[in-house]
Amino acid sequence: MSDEMDMEEGGTIKKFMFVNRKAPYGTIYALESLEVVLISAAFEQDVSLAFVDDGVYQLMKNINTDGIEMKSFSKTYRALEGYDIEKLYVERESMEMRGITEDDLVVDVQVVSTAEMADLMNEQDVVLSF
Amino acid sequence: MLHIVNKSPTERNSVDTCLAHAKKGSKVLLIEDAVYAVTRGSAAEAKVKSAMADVTIYALQPDLAARGMADRVIDGVNLVDYGGFVDLVAEQTNCQSWL
Repeated sequence: MSDEMDMEEGGTIKKFMFVNRKAPYGTIYALESLEVVLISAAFEQDVSLAFVDDGVYQLMKNINTDGIEMKSFSKTYRALEGYDIEKLYVERESMEMRGITEDDLVVDVQVVSTAEMADLMNEQDVVLSF
Repeated sequence: MLHIVNKSPTERNSVDTCLAHAKKGSKVLLIEDAVYAVTRGSAAEAKVKSAMADVTIYALQPDLAARGMADRVIDGVNLVDYGGFVDLVAEQTNCQSWL
């Protein structure tokens, strides 16, 4: 309750990072992460998203889910900007291992090395893993 | 025998273990996150290519499309739809799902 009061008074802004390491559609993790990211945007926190390992697959262009009868959430990544979520970090090594380049991704991102990603993670107040 | 795998090759070792146990002449169908194994540039590409000498590799096209991978499939992989999936299961005497 006291946290809620703090926020209403424009209290502390914390650095939140959402770490995405799962491919989309095969499991529910990618979609659940997006849901929480959008909720966090409502609390005006300093939010960033990290895409590591199979998580880089979440941002692929040309997603067409008609054949598997699941709703595509690909467009949601492009909508994040409208919620002032603009820090999207993608790990270079993870893309290289999967034959993916920045051009294959549906949104503008910052490509970072594993070492840089480690620094980004280290400077967060809260890290949530999906 | 038909082998079916549904796990990403970079998250689990199911594709590796399946290919190691698939005997000559058998068929391997990759579905869901396992379809990443047959995409160009993936870490599993070399293993899949060498496995093609002994086994026939299939991938479920709707799962490739859902992951933005439809135009990145390596040569020699046979694409099937859900009807083709059913045919593969029906044609083989037995099948094994690698989870």
